[in-house]
Amino acid sequence: MRSYEETGVVDIGMLKMPAEEQLRKGVAITECIQPIPCNPCKEVCPTDAIKMDDINDPPDIDYEKCIGCSLCVEVCPGLAMFVVRKRKGKAQITLPYEMLPMPERGDIVKALDREGNVVGDAKVIAIKHGRTNIITIEVDEELAMVVRNIRVEK
Amino acid sequence: MRVEQHPILKFSHGGMIKFYFNGIEMYGFEGDTIATALYANGIKVFGHSAKKKRPRGFFCGIGKCSSCMMRVNGVPNIRTCITPLQEGMIVESDKYDLPETAPYRKPERKTMDVDIAIVGGGPAGMAAAIEAGKHGDVSVLIIDEQPRLGGQLIKQTHKFFGSSMEGAGKRGIEIASEMEEEARKYADILLETSVIGYYNRGHHFLAAVNKLKGIVYEIKAKKIIFATGAQENYLVFENNDLPGVYGAGGIQTIMNVYGVKPGKAGIIVGAGNVGLILAYQLLQAGVKVKAIVEAMPRIGGYFVHAAKVRRHGVPIYTKHSIMEAVGKESVEGAIIAQLDEKWNFVLGTEKKIDCDFIAIAIGLTPSARLAQMAGAKVKFIREAGGWVALHNEFMETTANGIYIAGDAANIEEASAAMVEGKIAAVHALNSISPLTNFEAIVEELRNEISSLRKGKFGEKARLAKERIYEGYYEELRGNRSG
Repeated sequence: MRSYEETGVVDIGMLKMPAEEQLRKGVAITECIQPIPCNPCKEVCPTDAIKMDDINDPPDIDYEKCIGCSLCVEVCPGLAMFVVRKRKGKAQITLPYEMLPMPERGDIVKALDREGNVVGDAKVIAIKHGRTNIITIEVDEELAMVVRNIRVEK
Repeated sequence: MRVEQHPILKFSHGGMIKFYFNGIEMYGFEGDTIATALYANGIKVFGHSAKKKRPRGFFCGIGKCSSCMMRVNGVPNIRTCITPLQEGMIVESDKYDLPETAPYRKPERKTMDVDIAIVGGGPAGMAAAIEAGKHGDVSVLIIDEQPRLGGQLIKQTHKFFGSSMEGAGKRGIEIASEMEEEARKYADILLETSVIGYYNRGHHFLAAVNKLKGIVYEIKAKKIIFATGAQENYLVFENNDLPGVYGAGGIQTIMNVYGVKPGKAGIIVGAGNVGLILAYQLLQAGVKVKAIVEAMPRIGGYFVHAAKVRRHGVPIYTKHSIMEAVGKESVEGAIIAQLDEKWNFVLGTEKKIDCDFIAIAIGLTPSARLAQMAGAKVKFIREAGGWVALHNEFMETTANGIYIAGDAANIEEASAAMVEGKIAAVHALNSISPLTNFEAIVEELRNEISSLRKGKFGEKARLAKERIYEGYYEELRGNRSG
């Protein structure tokens, strides 16, 4: 049994990590690691960066092709896609957000890890309203692979 | 207790409606059921058991369990969870005597004669109606007990998985309203009407009633498709009958269809997809989820659903279950504990969690009784969720012209239910008047369903169907040789 099947938390070691320069450009990180029949991310990808031979295969992202556009973040039914971009000692994380209250641009919100623990503050730098609202936050660079949710306290 | 704001759903409550509960004047909204209006008024106890006077509340929220029955306008045993609230209604609990005056007028009798009668207007039933209407010139009737079409789709706020070609990425509520619009083009719809029986007088007949209106329907049909869904499984633990112990689907109904919160904070028993999705939906409605307990060593649902709730700080305790519900008139807490390899509680690991509701999400049992009454042979098949009607690849049961589709035929998910509904409809249609492209349509549908059942999560459905088909052909051979 894989640990994530017991905990509901991804084992970071299972994720395919982009190179530093790819992270500087900004790329999608998929935390969809279990075979389930689902393919909207592959279909929506404008650069064909997502490889999936069978609909049950987890997405495999080609970081050379990925442009970090975040369309997959918005479309993913499992809310398992994120975009991470490193810039000037900060990490910008684009994540899906289907809760209330909605933050506003410029707000400082709580940055949460994969278990909902508060690990720091995050600044909301962009909000895109769509089928699923997606929010881009800025956190300290070392939290790039840690923060996967926010809590908005209003 | 109303959901004030929601990130996905918009609740457009109708006007205020006055009603009486045990003589007390109360108000609900137009569009409420009696149960949701009561709940919104803070009434959790819907009655008491006849002998031991233990409090009773609703459980399933979809008209399957009878836990919410009350006397309404003098008519006994009305399932308040599926009966729309009306101005001036007199709702009474704890009435065990017979009504003093007979509430029943002589019922109005209506007869109907249709080509295809579909019992149940969820994804399977609606898909069947649409498919039948598209391919043939037949009269189709959908009968459903609920006040609206859509089955369980109308409470699903999450985006569906699957192939982009088949509407993946759309939310259940969106799929439901698109399908309803389509189904209404092709079928007559009879809502708030329960099919209570089947009989055969040379033809298939269904008996259906609208109890409050006092109408009895006699429906003659060339073919019948039972898309009757499933009901929530129950779990044995101390005080499991307390109001506040609800089926997961019941909570989804009052919360996502009627905009009424089940409570302030709860726990969920079962970490399959239903339990995980419910946890997320509760968070969206502003309700706290203190824990999800799962008896198995692993989370049964999709990892991505688990990850969604874990990110919000909801703990999932595997190898744990509920020992006891705590509370007097309704749930005030839950005691959970760890399980050992033999599924016994490990003493000393008990944890008390303060909560005002407990959601049971441990699986579903197919509702195959009506099909059985219509002559379909049933068999206990564990992988399918219990007693199921044996059927062939065209969804026809061992009774000629009687079909079954969706969760009633095997516990699966909505996309598979829709395809099954379509297959049943096409086969029914073809046996009424042969279609020129029957083979091609069926093959395409069969490909679609086998791709849905591919992979690890489709294993159970593949196995269940194998055993169901096997049983069907065995039964057929047995009949011939006998």
